[in-house]
Amino acid sequence: MNLIIYAIIALGAVGLFFGVLLSIASKAFAVKVDPKETLVRAAVPGANCGACGFPGCDGFSKAVIAGIAPVNGCPVGGAVTAAKIAEVMGVAAGDSEKQVARVACIGTSESAIDKYEYYGVETCKAAMAVQKGPKGCEYGCMGFGDCVTACAFDAIHIVDGIAKVDADKCTGCKACVKACPKSVIDMAPATQKVFVDCKNLDKGKAVKDVCQVGCIACGLCVKACPFDAIHMVDGVAKIDYAVCKNCKICAKKCPTGAIFPQLKLKEMAEKKAAAEAAKKEAEQTAN
Amino acid sequence: MSLFAIFISALFVNNFVLSRFLGICPFLGVSKKVETSVGMSMAVTFVMLLASLITYMLQVLVLERFGLGYLQTIMFILVIASLVQLVEMFMKKASPTLYEALGVYLPLITTNCAVLGLAILNIQMEFNLIELVVNSVGAALGFSMAIILFAGIRERLELSNMPRAMQGFPIALISAGLMAMAFLGFAGFSIG
Repeated sequence: MNLIIYAIIALGAVGLFFGVLLSIASKAFAVKVDPKETLVRAAVPGANCGACGFPGCDGFSKAVIAGIAPVNGCPVGGAVTAAKIAEVMGVAAGDSEKQVARVACIGTSESAIDKYEYYGVETCKAAMAVQKGPKGCEYGCMGFGDCVTACAFDAIHIVDGIAKVDADKCTGCKACVKACPKSVIDMAPATQKVFVDCKNLDKGKAVKDVCQVGCIACGLCVKACPFDAIHMVDGVAKIDYAVCKNCKICAKKCPTGAIFPQLKLKEMAEKKAAAEAAKKEAEQTAN
Repeated sequence: MSLFAIFISALFVNNFVLSRFLGICPFLGVSKKVETSVGMSMAVTFVMLLASLITYMLQVLVLERFGLGYLQTIMFILVIASLVQLVEMFMKKASPTLYEALGVYLPLITTNCAVLGLAILNIQMEFNLIELVVNSVGAALGFSMAIILFAGIRERLELSNMPRAMQGFPIALISAGLMAMAFLGFAGFSIG
């Protein structure tokens, strides 16, 4: 019996000693946390995605308090979070337009050819190591889905052999942009409706040889744009999103369909269908 | 036993992970990347050294003096857990840089069996204070070496082609077993 009592006393005493020591220590070594930091930390989404360029949401909160990061520095939270943080910090939020990722390639397994068959590890990084990947076009999406793995929000998927972003789910964290070894993913404002979905810097025939829907740098879109919002940069058309009015004239002019939405292709398909229908009708009346 | 023999024995021959099979949990859990395994091994090294010193004092000053040897295990657990908490608080205040470096790994090892195992083995081997420090450093470095080597292997395994059933954890367990067998080779050394 005595043994049990001694054990209880000894353990209790040591436990009490350390308990008291810890509670004193928590007071003595208390680190002053800026109450603002707790508020800022509560305002951010907390996904720790690192899109802001700081180590996680804690790092971002600290940087905001220190004045290093802007209040609208969190691309995931967007304007709502920026407003909350601005309220805490007592400054104006400023505009932070929501940006979403866009895969600048529509060379699906149908329209783009492969230069060899790849039987390796099923990641873009590994495929990149073999002749810059199996895809004939050196610049296009290979569709092994490194971006899909990188996305924490289930917003990017492989459709018909290329990655496609679900703009509604995309939070603009840029994880896919970093993961893509081809650098084929860009950021664009969420309101943008017209895109050049090609990154191929080659010209004319070289593009056509590997992909039917690539930008051949013909310059028709540049001439057609009434707002001077689209230009040829290093052999591929590029839209200046700040100037673009989403009129889609370029999309109507693009002969290969590299500009989304592919109006010219649709128009041509319709014309062809109409012509065929007329031909059939003519044949029938002739009979 | 000379100090050198104690050190080599703790580092290779009786490696905590690969021949005593202590601390398998962090060895498998935190060894996916070399970077995180380095953080983990730093935290373990730090806590092992500190804990073995404190538990030695507790053993000599309290347990042996009052004849409470049978309370050793529970006392050591209590002391190590509180100690790690205390150290964490102190570090946060005194050295934020070190606190950031060890990060989440420090609270993770409050009840690590390698730490407790080292504390108890130190007492069993009847080391004096200097021998105890040498043994603890050896054991901690042994743990670090094992986990960092293993993380390197796992990083490569990640990229290699293998049957689906073997991917991930199964192959990690097999390679851990192979590593342990390789370390068995050290058991033949006799160090005077």
